[in-house]
Amino acid sequence: MDYPDGLYYTKDHEWGMDENGILTVGITDYAQGELGDVVYVELPQEGTIIKAGEPFGVVESVKSVSDLYSPVSGEVVEINPDLEAEPETVNSSPYDRGWMIKIAMSKPAELEKLLSPEAYAEYLATLK
Amino acid sequence: MGGAQSRNILGKPYARGIVFNEPLIFERSRAGRNGCDVAKSPFEQKEISAGFAKGTLREDFTGFVEVSEPSAVRHFTRLSQWNYGVDSNFYPLGSCTMKYNPKVNEAVARLAGFTGLHPLQDEATAQGALRVIYELEKYLCDIVGMHSASLQPAAGAQGELTGLMLIHAYLKDKGNARKKVILPDSSHGTNPASAALCEYSTVPLASGTDGLIDCSALEKLMDEETAALMVTNPNTLGMFEKNIKRVCEIVHAKGGLVYADGANLNAILGKTRFGDMGVDVCHMNLHKTFSTPHGGGGPGSGPVLAKDFLAPYMPAPRVVLADGRYKLEHNPPKSVGALNAFYGNFGVYLRAYVYLLSVGGEGLGDISDAAVLNANYILSRLKGHYHVPYDGPCMHECVLSDKFQKDAHVSTLDIAKSLIDRGFHPPTIYFPLIVKGAMMIEPTESESLETMDTFVDAMVDIAEVAKTHPLSLAEAPVLAKMRRLDETQAVRNPDLRHKP
Amino acid sequence: MRYIPLTPEDRKTMLSSIGAASVESLFSHIRDEIRFKGKFSIPTAMSEQEVMRFASELAAQNSPAASAPCFLGAGAYNHFVPSAVDQLIMRSEFYTSYTPYQPEISQGNLQAIYEYQSYVCSLFNMEVANASMYDGASALAEAVLMACRITGKNEVVISDLVHPRWRKTVATYVLNRGTNIIQTEDHPTGKTDPERLLKAITQNTSAVVVQSPNFFGNVEDWDAVGKVCREKGVLFIACTAEAMSLGLLRPAGDFGADIVVGEGQSLGLGLNFGGPYLGMFATREKHLRQTPGRICGRTTDKDGKKGFVLTMSTREQHIRREKATSNICSNQALCALTTTIYLTLMGKGGFSQTAKNCHYAALALKQKISSVGNGARNSFDLPFFNEFLADLPVSADELNKRLAKKGAVGGYDVSRDYPKMENKILLAATELTTPAEIDLMVKTLGEGK
Repeated sequence: MDYPDGLYYTKDHEWGMDENGILTVGITDYAQGELGDVVYVELPQEGTIIKAGEPFGVVESVKSVSDLYSPVSGEVVEINPDLEAEPETVNSSPYDRGWMIKIAMSKPAELEKLLSPEAYAEYLATLK
Repeated sequence: MGGAQSRNILGKPYARGIVFNEPLIFERSRAGRNGCDVAKSPFEQKEISAGFAKGTLREDFTGFVEVSEPSAVRHFTRLSQWNYGVDSNFYPLGSCTMKYNPKVNEAVARLAGFTGLHPLQDEATAQGALRVIYELEKYLCDIVGMHSASLQPAAGAQGELTGLMLIHAYLKDKGNARKKVILPDSSHGTNPASAALCEYSTVPLASGTDGLIDCSALEKLMDEETAALMVTNPNTLGMFEKNIKRVCEIVHAKGGLVYADGANLNAILGKTRFGDMGVDVCHMNLHKTFSTPHGGGGPGSGPVLAKDFLAPYMPAPRVVLADGRYKLEHNPPKSVGALNAFYGNFGVYLRAYVYLLSVGGEGLGDISDAAVLNANYILSRLKGHYHVPYDGPCMHECVLSDKFQKDAHVSTLDIAKSLIDRGFHPPTIYFPLIVKGAMMIEPTESESLETMDTFVDAMVDIAEVAKTHPLSLAEAPVLAKMRRLDETQAVRNPDLRHKP
Repeated sequence: MRYIPLTPEDRKTMLSSIGAASVESLFSHIRDEIRFKGKFSIPTAMSEQEVMRFASELAAQNSPAASAPCFLGAGAYNHFVPSAVDQLIMRSEFYTSYTPYQPEISQGNLQAIYEYQSYVCSLFNMEVANASMYDGASALAEAVLMACRITGKNEVVISDLVHPRWRKTVATYVLNRGTNIIQTEDHPTGKTDPERLLKAITQNTSAVVVQSPNFFGNVEDWDAVGKVCREKGVLFIACTAEAMSLGLLRPAGDFGADIVVGEGQSLGLGLNFGGPYLGMFATREKHLRQTPGRICGRTTDKDGKKGFVLTMSTREQHIRREKATSNICSNQALCALTTTIYLTLMGKGGFSQTAKNCHYAALALKQKISSVGNGARNSFDLPFFNEFLADLPVSADELNKRLAKKGAVGGYDVSRDYPKMENKILLAATELTTPAEIDLMVKTLGEGK
């Protein structure tokens, strides 16, 4: 299981990468493994205002549907255009080409509430 | 195909048969053939296009076929042989009540006096059919202790929707339709979906550790914005909600109503009635409890039944008896309206009516006796071989899980597919959702002891192979027409029709 | 009881395996206070011989329209069904099977659904179809719900020439959703006026619903309706209650319809006192994810062999629960199979020729009743398929009573749904209508002149 350094994590299995107040968000390697083959990702439109902890989209495998929860509040400034045609990227490259949305954070302090890679790893251990 | 699998399956006495190949019907088409010699019209055959604006008439018949009658018959006969039906063998699909479909039902449903009836022809010329509706409503009410019924809902889900609409209309009449419906976490997916169609939000109620409704949890959830509790009793774990009366009292105390999903009615026929438990409205699945065929997915029939205070809201038209004649009442003032164009699936509930005549009032209890005995027998024989998540006597179905097979990496799906190789339809799998790796086995009353024993033997065989050659089970099925199908590919590259 | 195989000996063996003293003890957790101790009103069990006699007597109390001269349509039509259709659907591997959730042993049903979906797409010239809905009326209700989901709007404009029971079903389905239903007043002219649709559409409108042939049998102008919808940016929902018309008329898919629904009863199902019928449902690929109901797709198995599965299931209630596109679970699978077999036997030529024969019979009926010379004539000078509204010198009720005395089934009295439409009757003809039956109508019309 892979959880790279330098990223923030949530208990809902999203990750975030901060670059000058813009948080790139996706789902973790653990999440994609639990879901199985991802067949569809439903993302919000650019410009949507979202709140920390609230659902911003949906990820589907063949026989399950899971909500995607935003780690932070802010405005969606970019969505990954490749996921519509190639949702399987979420499986093959969860931390890189499988990213989902970029959020211009309105409350960057929310990052402090997110998990470090170590804390996320510990959390995963409790799920076994 | 793995060698291990061959060793484990091919040496055993499971059946094999001839399976013909057959392409899509569209690939059987050849110009110049036809499957029906259409009678010549006895009327004048003018040039039709004169009567229509340009561009109105169809010229393109792409996608339609040209096949002879024998080819068509062979095509569909071969297709039928690729299916597994109740008439083929044991069909222990939990929650679906795949009981025997009596042939006299089919014979009656094909009498010209019924098949040729137009739904809008004069009531005086359809007295026999209206009597079927009137009497069947009465009989079904009697069975569940209700006062009023409508046979219009075409399936269980539509019955549920109707039932919730009755609740909504009644509460609205009383001043507040309310906002929420409480659902046990073991409920069928149609329950929340039907509630959503009524604009009710759903509140989940966690089951207690015994698998039953936790009355104190319910008391905390139940409030004056809750319109109803939807229960399935026996519940989807196959257990009877023994506190059902108390459950109903808790809901009623806050002015809510209780809805019962009749999916599992086969367990309690003649033993106890929803109405006597305190339930206000319920539906039945005639294609489960009352022996009408499932038809490969439908048509079903999902009558809704209710206490008398909900009767004014029933869908219209209603069949009434006045001066010895049956009549249709089209516009009762408080009716919620119509669920479909006419009176629901008449041809289906006619079969249920025939079934009731064959079984008789006094015979209903014998059905649940045998159904419950069969399920408990299978449970008793499989107990040590498979994990039983909720112990205790079951009703008409039992729930097992793959917990004992987990360490060998054998899943419920593998067990299900291995049953196919042993000549059986798998049980319902991965439902109810609250049991990980659930297998829900419902034998129904139709099965003989010998059949159940061969099923149990197959299940035990699989449990043994899971210990010795676990990988071979992941290959199953190998003896069916198809191996496991790639469902991911089906979604990622949808191919949903033949493209001519 | 012949349906229960257990012998007393079996029961003993089983109870001992369970470790229970009696069958009764298995019900001990049902408390005494709610145990049923009464007697049911249901009669005592009948033998099969008695059941057949009793049921035959009931059937004999009906005078089925299909066995009489019949001029009644209004959403259910008396067509011929080749014998092979019923023989094939009586194969019990079809009718005693469940929903094909285990595809390896359900390929027959699945392939049949795939073929059905293909036929529905061809019938309507649409891109995707589902595996069936309960009937045309409930399919239309689902189409309206779907249009509201797609557009996020909660209003629909519906021609009042859509079948009255279908409109009622739509109204019932949206009862608690607050959907605004705007009905046009097109019935006086017998045809939906595109201008009137244009005016009725507001910024909140999700879709326009038009039926063709409409309830009065007249053929609507799909082209004009499609243009209105595109101009206003609303979805175009087309429906038909007489699927046989598709053998003669161009389908709505040719004119840009977004969702098309139809009643498939005419395609092999018989009258059956209103059901089971068949809700056909088709749409555009781009709306696939919002489509209600089951869908079958083609894929491959582990060995690379082509086969079929139920697919796109995350739309459905068993997975998406309260957010599902519909609550539908059981559909009308066997009816969909029936129609698939029917269309296969009829084929290109048979389907088209049967539709033409229906039209010829209706034209003859129209021409003959106006020849009576007592004011009976078709009410509108509009193109129709196999059904039309006629003006009468008497009430529809009166004419129907006279016909009933001769053992015939008259037409539909539209004043039941359109109270101002008095002395009018909706008359249908099909390929089964004979010249003698039309003569009977003419003779009856002429009485009391």
